Amino acid sequence: MRAQGWVVGAGALLAGLVVLALGLELAGYEAARALGALWSGAFGSWYAITSATLVRAVPLVVIGLGLAISFRSGAFNIGAEGQFYAGAIAATWLGLHAASLPSPLAATAVLSVALLAGGLWIAVPVLLRVRYGVLEVISTLLLNFVAEATTSLVVQGPLQERQGIYPQSDAIAESARLPLLPGTRLHAGILIALAGAIVLHYLFTRTLWGFHLRAVGLGPRAAEISGRIDSRWTAASALAVSGAIAGLAGGVEVAGVSYALFQNLSPGYGFTAIAVALLGRLQPLGVLLAGILFGALEAGASAMQREAGVPAVAVYVVEAVVILVVLLAESLRRGGTTGLAAVAKRPGRAEARG
Amino acid sequence: MTEAVALVGGFLAAAVRVATPIMLAATGETVTQRSGVLNLGIEGMMLAGALAATLGATAVGPWTGVALGIATGMLLAAVFALVVIGARADQVIAGTAITLGAIGLTGTVYRQAYGAGGAGLDLPTLAPIHLPGLSSLPLLGPAIFSQPAPTYLGFLAVPLVWWVLFRTRAGLALRATGESADVARASGVPTRRVRAVATLVGGGFAGLAGATLVLAQVGSFAERMTAGRGYVAIAIVVLGRWNPIGVAVAALAFGAAMALQFLFQTLELDLPYQLFLMLPYVLALLALAGMVGRVRAPADLARP
Repeated sequence: MRAQGWVVGAGALLAGLVVLALGLELAGYEAARALGALWSGAFGSWYAITSATLVRAVPLVVIGLGLAISFRSGAFNIGAEGQFYAGAIAATWLGLHAASLPSPLAATAVLSVALLAGGLWIAVPVLLRVRYGVLEVISTLLLNFVAEATTSLVVQGPLQERQGIYPQSDAIAESARLPLLPGTRLHAGILIALAGAIVLHYLFTRTLWGFHLRAVGLGPRAAEISGRIDSRWTAASALAVSGAIAGLAGGVEVAGVSYALFQNLSPGYGFTAIAVALLGRLQPLGVLLAGILFGALEAGASAMQREAGVPAVAVYVVEAVVILVVLLAESLRRGGTTGLAAVAKRPGRAEARG
Repeated sequence: MTEAVALVGGFLAAAVRVATPIMLAATGETVTQRSGVLNLGIEGMMLAGALAATLGATAVGPWTGVALGIATGMLLAAVFALVVIGARADQVIAGTAITLGAIGLTGTVYRQAYGAGGAGLDLPTLAPIHLPGLSSLPLLGPAIFSQPAPTYLGFLAVPLVWWVLFRTRAGLALRATGESADVARASGVPTRRVRAVATLVGGGFAGLAGATLVLAQVGSFAERMTAGRGYVAIAIVVLGRWNPIGVAVAALAFGAAMALQFLFQTLELDLPYQLFLMLPYVLALLALAGMVGRVRAPADLARP
């Protein structure tokens, strides 16, 4: 079963690249040159792997891991983009004032405050869901727009750079920045992504909460009746944790990559991470691999634009085809059941059969 | 006094103009959701419809643009339907993928067609049609009776969709499919065909909404120009309680909240404009919270 999953993934990627190549030929680009640039931009050198692919993958993996928690419980946090910005704003604010703190302490404080901000940002949808039964799909989505407007507000207001000309913040203090792998742009955020995957694996397989998440995702009523699980609390806590982690990803991006806040800091990480989480079947290892794949595609896309003149956004078509092909293959394989719940329902399937 | 009337009239006109694309997309999504399909792809369908309308309008004329926009929305909806109805795959993921793909496709095609500069196209647009007599009414004249054609189409579609949903056999079959596909199927409703048609209708409306955005509101295309309006339409469906009339009211209220920023610009209040950008979304959240216990989604929504 596990081998088959690989085949499906590879086939989907191939299908996506074929669609891209055909489209580019039709549009009059040199497809071979574009695909070559895509490959070398993503994996062509040690620098490309570390400084382009993995740097792009870190936010996708971190957010995706958090979303896997929420989706497992059946709660649909679709507002990671907003929580990411909340974390980035908080991290920038503290990072600008952290010059006096010693380095590890400053960076830790910056990431902690980002985590907290993400958690606070999603507290509203959690509260609305628990108290008023507002669908979290809608409320988290709406808050994305509020977060983007807030970012625009602070970079032209309280956090604007000292000269007051550009809509962005000053660079955060050196001490608040994450250490880099020498000779590359890869920052310590990669360790957070890896550690997160390990912790999540432990959470999902070895803890009561992990079991509750899955039980509630399977069927909240059944979980309450047969397992005496408080499904409202379980889903609410899963949502809150996923929001905090998306906030952390925003902090990591500021402390590890941009060192400053500006609009469009995220090229849609919060949305792409939804696909990453689901493509990774809500499994820590799966999310890690899917995140690296999408990170590679987006890193390669920049090279494709530089070297073959193909707009980088074209790579979103590849991502879309990959997702759709995997969806089709999955549903063909299980003879067509499903829905989100089913993705959450079957994470154990690979191990069980494998 | 006349100044105040002009100000309020201008505000109402802007509110209706801004609300129109959202109202159109939300009306279509109401049909789709009533059949049990949650289509998060309408954001992408709207965007694709907007670009298709731009291409059609540049090549032939605005009405060709509108037709192309609708057709493109339906084409993407057909892909979506194939995946979620044909293969019973997850609707939320498939919808996200469609939107992602549409962003990539429109970005690439737009740059290919108009070059990297892009802007500054001379686009033939849909001019406002002043209804004789009615358009000279105070306040309501400019707001409702001096709008481009798609606004009138929207106002006609709302009662029509309501009538089809709640007063025809087809509408009954569609709602039954959304409430319980198994029961509907047992009583002879071809549920998959019903859902496919409802999805195509929703896609067509989304495409029309995109065309309207370009040809009757903004006047040019820009990458990612829908900027979440499709997602907003989904929230509007919930706010309107899955009823076309309620949805239209919610869309107009949302349009009014968005148009407030123009009003406050004229009044020259010393507040950051971003506060007015946030306002509609915050109000929508509050309205959702206020609807507690009085709203229920179709029971089989998002269940394949």
